[in-house]
Amino acid sequence: MKIEVKHLTKKYRDKVALENVSFTLDEPKIYGLLGRNGAGKTTFMNILSGQILSSEGEILIDGEDPFDNQRLTESICLIKEGNNFKKDLKVKNVLKIYSYFYPNWDQELADYMVKEYNLNLNAKVKALSKGMESALGIIVGLASKAPITIFDEPYIGLDAPSRKKFYDILLEEYQLEKRTIIFSTHLIDEVSLMFEEVLILSEGSLVLKEEADALRRNTCAVSGTAEEVEKFIKGKEIIDTKQLAGMMTAYVYGNVEEAKQSGLKVEGIPIQELMIHLTETKRGA
Amino acid sequence: MKNTLDDNKPIFLQIKEQIEDSIIDGNLNAGDRAPSTNEFAKFYKINPATAGKGINELVAEEILYKRRGVGMFVTENAKEILIKKRKKSFYESYMLPLKMEAGKLRMSTDELIEMVKREDNE
Repeated sequence: MKIEVKHLTKKYRDKVALENVSFTLDEPKIYGLLGRNGAGKTTFMNILSGQILSSEGEILIDGEDPFDNQRLTESICLIKEGNNFKKDLKVKNVLKIYSYFYPNWDQELADYMVKEYNLNLNAKVKALSKGMESALGIIVGLASKAPITIFDEPYIGLDAPSRKKFYDILLEEYQLEKRTIIFSTHLIDEVSLMFEEVLILSEGSLVLKEEADALRRNTCAVSGTAEEVEKFIKGKEIIDTKQLAGMMTAYVYGNVEEAKQSGLKVEGIPIQELMIHLTETKRGA
Repeated sequence: MKNTLDDNKPIFLQIKEQIEDSIIDGNLNAGDRAPSTNEFAKFYKINPATAGKGINELVAEEILYKRRGVGMFVTENAKEILIKKRKKSFYESYMLPLKMEAGKLRMSTDELIEMVKREDNE
């Protein structure tokens, strides 16, 4: 499904959460939506899934507004950090309700994952540990087979092996059937290899949208004497710089292979680090 | 086979290089089946589309060929093509950094040649 974001702005009483954000997600891919706390990620995901209205601008999914739109709601599954489900429901009832709601629901996958995560079907949501509640969210998200599945920091309390299991199943499912998966997390190092495209929000604005591999290829950290590095980065788009005792490292947009020809020390920038530099620059500015 | 991939280098390139290395090392020979996109995706927990990009480039370079419904296989000339290609980049990838470091240590060309000739088992 095609997602068009046009001049999207969301204001809360005294705060602008999103400011004039525009972009298009054309294809079913795994997208990483990154940014610091308060960057506007959650607000964006809430508008996308039709849960809240924008102040200005709009999101169109296949040309339609998702707010209060039954047809689209069936195609979107948003799993949040917590409080996804009514506390008094039993696990098996939660699964039943969602199986009625999502037309592509995969009961076999849900059953398999319930076993994998040792989830007690007869337990009430409020009796689940944080990790188990997260597991339930992940199960619903994946089994929904919603063409647009959104995970907003879905694994609070989930231990490392359980997260790994989640990534395994997510990739397996994605291989079987491509769908748009939007993944927002602070554990970037764990998941960045799964992203096909990365979007970075900073203080309500979109600061980057790029294919993950293109980013790895076209951003680099260049180190050497301050003089040499200054000369190299002249005219280039600079993300961040740091200096120590006459030596300098500059984070720039530039082809890694090309930079290597300059004789300076050149390293690629992991996506997590890139996010940090991109969002810090903006703060300082 | 590497155990994990690096996040600071394009993933499709790393997949490509892994297959290339296996062919040059003789772990994958002409006619052998190369790992599939899905096998790579599963092993490294990477996006299958990204793994596919690396494999497709190898098909374009005639290192691999596709047998519909069966998989990707190493071509007859793969090893030869790769060795030629690697030789071309040998100077940039290995000689230049070597000379640069030698320069920093104020080593003469003669000293370098001496080292190249030296028996490595001392």
